[in-house]
Amino acid sequence: MTLKRICEILSAQPLSDNFDEDLEVQCACSSDMMSDVLAFPKEHMVLLTGLVNPQVMRTCDMLDIRAVVFTRGKLPSAEALEMANENGINVMGTHLTLFIASGKLYEGGLYNGTKG
Amino acid sequence: MSILKEEFPVEAMDFVTAGEASAQIKRLLKKLGVDPGVIRRLSIACYEAEINLVIHSDGGKLTLEMNPENVSLISEDVGPGIPDIDLAMSEGYSTASDDVRMMGFGAGMGLANMARNADRFHIDSKVGEGTRIEMIFDINK
Ligand SMILES: Nc1ncnc2c1ncn2[C@@H]1O[C@H](COP(=O)(O)OP(=O)(O)O)[C@@H](O)[C@H]1O
Ligand SMILES: [Mg+2]
Repeated sequence: MTLKRICEILSAQPLSDNFDEDLEVQCACSSDMMSDVLAFPKEHMVLLTGLVNPQVMRTCDMLDIRAVVFTRGKLPSAEALEMANENGINVMGTHLTLFIASGKLYEGGLYNGTKG
Repeated sequence: MSILKEEFPVEAMDFVTAGEASAQIKRLLKKLGVDPGVIRRLSIACYEAEINLVIHSDGGKLTLEMNPENVSLISEDVGPGIPDIDLAMSEGYSTASDDVRMMGFGAGMGLANMARNADRFHIDSKVGEGTRIEMIFDINK
């Protein structure tokens, strides 16, 4: 699924510079706990979260996650957005809740981004 | 014989720089051409170790050492230590504060995740003194 399609499904806005709408992801992980994301992660994942601090981008950097969706209308902190831009992480924002956004992407064909 | 040894200090409770050492280590290993699978496992374990230094210790350091067979990562700190290591290693156990949880950490998955990602994992801790974790990642597997 491309990031363009994710934006359509979630009525999400791109928030980062040089947004790569053609980037493909295959799976997703939804969590506000970064340690849950770090446990059993798969590749080509989009992260859905309500956590807006820079550690979200650190976690993405460590796991080579290139796409993040902030849910419930939350916006990343200035530091987090700056870090995303520096590391080429594509950031989106949606007004949907984490639950609804996850459900819509699951319905759209993304599979579980963590093993087990 | 080690071909590289580098130390990265980590400060307690500094959430602004938390993860910087791990990011540096990841970049360094990439530059050295280490296998991406090894880098991925090491990055995850390293970041968990670094976060633990930030949220549980009074400060410490990460030491990266590389030889032709493997990469070793040592986390050493001064701090409260761990009274019951078996309990601390079990998934879901955490003494992290609510403030730390608000930052997205303290799920109690870190130590188990380090042990899972490393090829060899050894932890030593003295209550009231500190904790030392040694992780080895084989390069040619
Ligand atoms: N460096 C350390 N110094 C003191 N205690 C530690 C250290 N690392 C881990 N611990 C203890 O072990 C527990 C489990 O650690 P971990 O699995 O990383 O989970 P978390 O960090 O999410 O609490 C911690 O909550 C803490 O009580
Ligand atoms: Mg931890």
